[in-house]
Amino acid sequence: MPGTKEIRTKIASVKSTQKITKAMEMVAASKMRRAQDRMRLSRPYAEKIRVVIGHLNKANPDYKHPFLVEREPKSVGIIVVSSDRGLCGALNTNVFKSTLMLMREWQGKGAKVNLCLLGSKGVAFFRRLGTPILASVTGLGDKPHVKDLLGSVKVMLDAYRDGGIDRLFIVNAEFVNTMTQKPAVTQLLPVQTIDDGDLQDMWDYIYEPNAADILDGVLMRYIESQVYRGAVESVACEMAARMVAMKAASDNAGNLIGDLQLIYNKARQAAITKELAEIVGGAAAV
Amino acid sequence: MADTTIHCDIVSAEGEIFSGPAKMVFVPAAQGEIGIAPRHAPLLTMIKSGEVRVQTPDGQEQFFFVGGGALEIQPKKITVLADTAVRAKDMDEAAALEAKQRAEEALKGNIDKIEQAEALAELARAAAQLKMIQKLRKIKG
Repeated sequence: MPGTKEIRTKIASVKSTQKITKAMEMVAASKMRRAQDRMRLSRPYAEKIRVVIGHLNKANPDYKHPFLVEREPKSVGIIVVSSDRGLCGALNTNVFKSTLMLMREWQGKGAKVNLCLLGSKGVAFFRRLGTPILASVTGLGDKPHVKDLLGSVKVMLDAYRDGGIDRLFIVNAEFVNTMTQKPAVTQLLPVQTIDDGDLQDMWDYIYEPNAADILDGVLMRYIESQVYRGAVESVACEMAARMVAMKAASDNAGNLIGDLQLIYNKARQAAITKELAEIVGGAAAV
Repeated sequence: MADTTIHCDIVSAEGEIFSGPAKMVFVPAAQGEIGIAPRHAPLLTMIKSGEVRVQTPDGQEQFFFVGGGALEIQPKKITVLADTAVRAKDMDEAAALEAKQRAEEALKGNIDKIEQAEALAELARAAAQLKMIQKLRKIKG
């Protein structure tokens, strides 16, 4: 029978843990809402840029930008978006798992794999694998900025231009709802055919200085905005996953406290009974 | 009515900056500043970093700083795809280099905390074994 004092200390310690997990849950909930807002805000840019690319594509079908040309995939690049911090359930593990699956799929086809890692959890995980890592960014925080991502994206785009990689994917957690986040694989390069929408409002633009340069600039920004969207979505997922994980932890702590309280009460009663029995026994002996 | 105003959207990857009707919009295009009035010919161009001026129908002027980007003009609509970050060729290059370096450092095994803890544990185990061996030797010897 454990001593009552030990149980009391245990209960106090679990209680303080519960306080922390509860606080983390609430912080994650409010951060998640803000991350979702940011996700929403990044949408108009991506949509508008898509329309412009669609126009450009229609306007000059003779010019083929390298970003739009399908090549024999001899090596592929994968951008993996993970969180910087842990305590967010199986979120990162799921992203890594689907990345590994994607890697195996391409390696099976005889293609080399190059990685670009966003987030320190990804760096810690993929470093051990020995796969070449072309670029990495860590410490993006809760509010990723486009400018922090530009460097890594440029490395990958340059590699694509030079023929170092023939295809570029991004793997990030996709925000389904607060309870569900699932890893999503999206192909960034070559840019998959952008649906042209309605063809009737067809007119050609005046291009300044020329269509090729503009297409280059716009396509680059499109990829960047896609990576940014991945990063922001990943933050929203991280917060949602942490919220759920911390809620489960708080609930478990509550159960644990209940059980411990029961044991404590039993121990206390047993002690009292024992004392009484001793007194009664002692009185009877006198 | 549609002849006197033009709808103007200024969006960046991180959010919408401006959306509404305008009498006239001035944009620092790649080949010099251009002023866009309603019913401008369709035009696509890149823009430099600088300020975008929007004259709203009530005669006021609004200023927005853009770090560059792209501009699309349709007769009734202007879309400014603004960059949030000021980018210059050298700066992009530097950022790319930095990202590469970080990756290399990570690969080289720039010892992080977890690994440090693992290494320390390993060291402690080895030290304990060594002590044990020395003790055994003393007993034997």
